[in-house]
Amino acid sequence: MDSIGSATLQAIQLLLSGDAELWQIIALSFRVSLTALLLALPLALACGFALAFWHFPGHWLLVTLNNTLLAVPTVVIGLLLFLLLSRSGPLGDLRLLFSQPAMIAGQFLMCLPILIAMSHTAYQSLSRHAWETTRTLGLSRLRSLWLITVEVRFALLAAVVTAFGRIIAEVGCAMMVGGNIAGYTRTITTAIALETSRGAYVQGIALGLVLLLLALGLNLLVGFCRGNSVQGASH
Amino acid sequence: MNPFKIDGLDREPIKTGTSLATQQLTALTHHQLQEALITMNRLLLLFILLFALSGSLQANPQVVRLATTTSTYNSGLLGHLLPHFEKQHGITVQVLSVGTGQALKLGQDGDVDLVITHAPVAEEAFVEAGHGIEPRSLMYNDYVLVGPKNDPLNLEQAEGILDALEKIHQRNRVFVSRGDDSGTHKKELELWELAGLQPGFRNYRAVGQGMGRVLTMTSEMKGYTLTDRGTWLAMRSRLDLALLYEGGIDLANPYQVILVNPQRHPGINHRGARLLRDWLLSETGQALINGFTVDDEPLFFADAN
Repeated sequence: MDSIGSATLQAIQLLLSGDAELWQIIALSFRVSLTALLLALPLALACGFALAFWHFPGHWLLVTLNNTLLAVPTVVIGLLLFLLLSRSGPLGDLRLLFSQPAMIAGQFLMCLPILIAMSHTAYQSLSRHAWETTRTLGLSRLRSLWLITVEVRFALLAAVVTAFGRIIAEVGCAMMVGGNIAGYTRTITTAIALETSRGAYVQGIALGLVLLLLALGLNLLVGFCRGNSVQGASH
Repeated sequence: MNPFKIDGLDREPIKTGTSLATQQLTALTHHQLQEALITMNRLLLLFILLFALSGSLQANPQVVRLATTTSTYNSGLLGHLLPHFEKQHGITVQVLSVGTGQALKLGQDGDVDLVITHAPVAEEAFVEAGHGIEPRSLMYNDYVLVGPKNDPLNLEQAEGILDALEKIHQRNRVFVSRGDDSGTHKKELELWELAGLQPGFRNYRAVGQGMGRVLTMTSEMKGYTLTDRGTWLAMRSRLDLALLYEGGIDLANPYQVILVNPQRHPGINHRGARLLRDWLLSETGQALINGFTVDDEPLFFADAN
């Protein structure tokens, strides 16, 4: 077996050489995860907003349930979706098993609880009277919602980054409902699993490096924004 | 300044001692808040509906789904064959590389259009139960026993595969089993049974992984395992293992291609599956199978006739 050093070097060369198959896998991963995130975001913001500003009976129960969902392993979500989407399952007629929409659905379910929990916390950082204040100032409902959302944008950005990091790095569900089909449902993580099982470590390392750089980039972005927001609040 | 950041003490909702006017205002804003949420929910419903509809409801005639074993895919055979077919017929073949057990299950549930597997007994049951139709011999290769390079048990001199397994069993050596209901796993269990041995000895490790990973684990643990020749040849340069025993009728590994029953699952792409099956069994397909080599060694032998 190659040493880790030389394999890593080869991996970097592979990335830089613009290997079509490799970059196609990377692009596919981003497309699937970003779609899932964009679909989940409005719903999650609505839920987070409602939980923060609207107190109703059973409120605590919903928060507890959402926190429970945070801890559900991704393979369990994968198994559930697999059973639902299989042709012999209740949603089999949709023909979604082993497809990108199925993976998007899985990642949607995975990032939703994180986004809800973190946006709930973000909105909670404002006073409960914020909504009433904006409304009595004569702003429309949509404007009020927007203004309040803008006010907590950095916390929401952290939520988005965390959720994106979780779903793009997820392997269990993607493997189960995507099926690791070359060029169609093969993502960074399922490709790493496959290449490792094949003993082709170079491709695995190259893809692993991409995930690592992505995590670094996203966290730098959050750190940068946080820094800015702290400065903004201090004056 | 932030107009919304009011002291934490102010967080509790106004409950007691509020004027009637304030209560009315609170009620009003609550009502408006609910309205805002309803509007948002409608938008979301639309979103989800669109999302659900974006998935195609009908089988795409240009896509064939093939469930097959890791041995045909990870060895590179399908990567060698399928582009020819795809180019000729303009059909994309989506390959699900799993164990034979799972491949047959996917066929049974109608999640794929055809299967290529290598477990004769399970395949017979699959066809008899009406899940698959028209099983055809596609190709064969064989299983081999691999283990530590210095061959401490002197298995190269074994009288047969059963004798070799008995030695591993007696000396309680590490034996890595697929343990995943794959064709190779079924074969291995069959061999233990033929040898009259219980596989559950202390150093018998059922790991539930694909062939490639099992070989890697065997190499790391300096153990023994039964592997199909294709994966062995494709991977051996990265392994600290040697081929210790080969040959004999007990180690034959025939592959069949079976169409999923279109009467059970009318929605599948049966036409495309049949096209692919016929092409694999055609002279072109069979010649390509024979022409596939790793390190100048053929991995599979065409067996359509």
